Amino acid sequence: MASDSREMWARLGLNMEKHDALLSILGEAYPEIYHKQNNRPKGMTYFDFVISEIHGLRVKELMDHKEKGGKVFGTFCLYVPDEIINALNGISIGLCAGTDFSIPDAETVLPRNLCALIKSFYGFKSAKICPYFEVADVVIGETTCDGKTKAYELLGDIHPVYVLEIPHRKNEDTLKLWRKEIEKFIEKAEEITGQKLTLDKLREATKMNNNKRKALQRMNSLRWNNPTPISGKDALLINQVAFYDDVIRFTDSVNKVADELEERVAKKEGTFPENAVRLMTSGTPYAIPNWKLHHVVETSGYPIVAEESCVGSRYFSELVDENASTLDEMLDNIAKRYFNIHCACFTPNDERLDDIVDLYKKSNAKGVINYTLNFCTPYLVESQRVKDRMDKEGIPFLNLESDYGMGDVEQLATRIQAFVESI
Amino acid sequence: MTSYFAGIDIGSMTTKVAIISDEKKIVGSAILPTGFSASKTAEEAIRQAKEKADIKNGSIRRMVATGYGRNLVAMADEKVTEITCHARGAFERIGNALTLIDIGGQDSKAIAITSSGKVDKFIMNERCAAGTGRFLEVMARALETDLENLSSMALNASSRSQINSLCTVFAETEVIGLIARGANRDEIAGGLCWSVAERIVGMAKKVGINDLVYISGGVAYNNAVISAIGKQLGKNVQMIEEPQLNGAYGASLIAMQR
Repeated sequence: MASDSREMWARLGLNMEKHDALLSILGEAYPEIYHKQNNRPKGMTYFDFVISEIHGLRVKELMDHKEKGGKVFGTFCLYVPDEIINALNGISIGLCAGTDFSIPDAETVLPRNLCALIKSFYGFKSAKICPYFEVADVVIGETTCDGKTKAYELLGDIHPVYVLEIPHRKNEDTLKLWRKEIEKFIEKAEEITGQKLTLDKLREATKMNNNKRKALQRMNSLRWNNPTPISGKDALLINQVAFYDDVIRFTDSVNKVADELEERVAKKEGTFPENAVRLMTSGTPYAIPNWKLHHVVETSGYPIVAEESCVGSRYFSELVDENASTLDEMLDNIAKRYFNIHCACFTPNDERLDDIVDLYKKSNAKGVINYTLNFCTPYLVESQRVKDRMDKEGIPFLNLESDYGMGDVEQLATRIQAFVESI
Repeated sequence: MTSYFAGIDIGSMTTKVAIISDEKKIVGSAILPTGFSASKTAEEAIRQAKEKADIKNGSIRRMVATGYGRNLVAMADEKVTEITCHARGAFERIGNALTLIDIGGQDSKAIAITSSGKVDKFIMNERCAAGTGRFLEVMARALETDLENLSSMALNASSRSQINSLCTVFAETEVIGLIARGANRDEIAGGLCWSVAERIVGMAKKVGINDLVYISGGVAYNNAVISAIGKQLGKNVQMIEEPQLNGAYGASLIAMQR
């Protein structure tokens, strides 16, 4: 890392010693997990660069943005409407939550029996090892699960936090509540940014975010070809970087990868042999740098060709309808779009089961791995629903539960290999 | 000239080798503690099994490795997971749909096998010793006895102590507490075997209980555990023939069929 990055981190008040240790772990893991893959698309060079500068250049960009009067919003969930933040000259950043490195610090405050993602994000803040956290003017939380809801209260003691209330049922009444919640969020965001939301700005921001989603849809649907033109690990990385990169530059980079993948598909060129057993996943998100499941599956020889996940299809499948002649109409469209994300925090949530079946068929996968972080109650309990539906559809199904630790990698590999042997 | 096929199953605690002739009969086998060097143990186990098979006229045509150490066997032609191998071995013996419960040293699993021998569903225990041979080994030590005697003690008991902890570490503390309170050792043994069975029955129910239920793995020799599983399932549960060799036997059959 360049010395100006170090100076920046010190200025942000990071715990330099711990932060160095974190970066050195990441610096060792990334080449091992990513560079050793075969036949990676050339366009991945950009994403390799993004990772090599994970706490450097992008943070610098955010600091510059702030110097010019812009604001930075930290988020942990897909329900936070990015287009509103962007329309108010704010940048939305998905914060760090994907490593067990920060968990010991979190466990001095949070219970052990809590999902790794929550403990990880709390620890990143409390141990001061995430520059994004320190740059963020505010963290926008949400009530998707009890663990997060209560952890945001505690996070609020050490960082400015604003919590969006997400309804847990989907009907006309709750849609109105959600629409109202978005209005309240706009008030708060206007107060933070000192800007006023206008239809023109919102339309522009909506278009920009839709373009990003379209690029992700395009790249991810190219994975459905056989042989798959990009590894699941690389596609996962792109889906992860979506949360914190500059929207326009990211969209261009994804489209460049997609162009390349189209050429590969035309030439029947792939990253795995055509007869490799293709798998898809469903379940909880993969916060960066959580590449564990994909790494275990793909080093066993099976490409992952789709993820029904917040870091995956749930993030980009739905677009906001850009047709609106008033701000109110635009906000209606935005509310509807976000309400259509099928998170396990909703009850009932049968649409999610439909999504999994649909993605299984489209992606030409041969089986579904349902992956849930330990202690993630909504997804763990909903696993039974997923299993029942897969059984009914005759779709081979494997249920896995894990966390960020590496202690169970061998056991996971055995289960995954046995699953494929049984398909 | 006879053709031979070998299966080697490197478990966390023991390494098992089965050599079969082309009539699918085990002609030589070996069971050794895995120890520190799984690859050296593997070589030694293969040597011993070959010696017992008395292979003079013919050679081992193919070898399949399984178990957690399957990737450490340089000689193996192929690596197959223990789920597939156990299912193959059990189906060869039974020839019908069954639920196989394998209780090994460090993991246990339940496999639902279809009437055509295919793995329908399987489940393995989470990464801890609960419901495994290791659990019983630690508990036997706490009761100052060995594994064999633990089973007889449990069968002798007229009632059983309640063991609440699934965790090996906590259960050991519980056992020590029971001993300190003067509880009957046979009853504690009974409680321990019952609790292992409960854990495993819970797993087996998740994959589905077929009409036939068989047990493999070293713990299959523990009659108290088998009888507790049978009582809890309300079924006649039986030990599969040569239960410790079941995975290796399945591996040898897979070696033969490829």
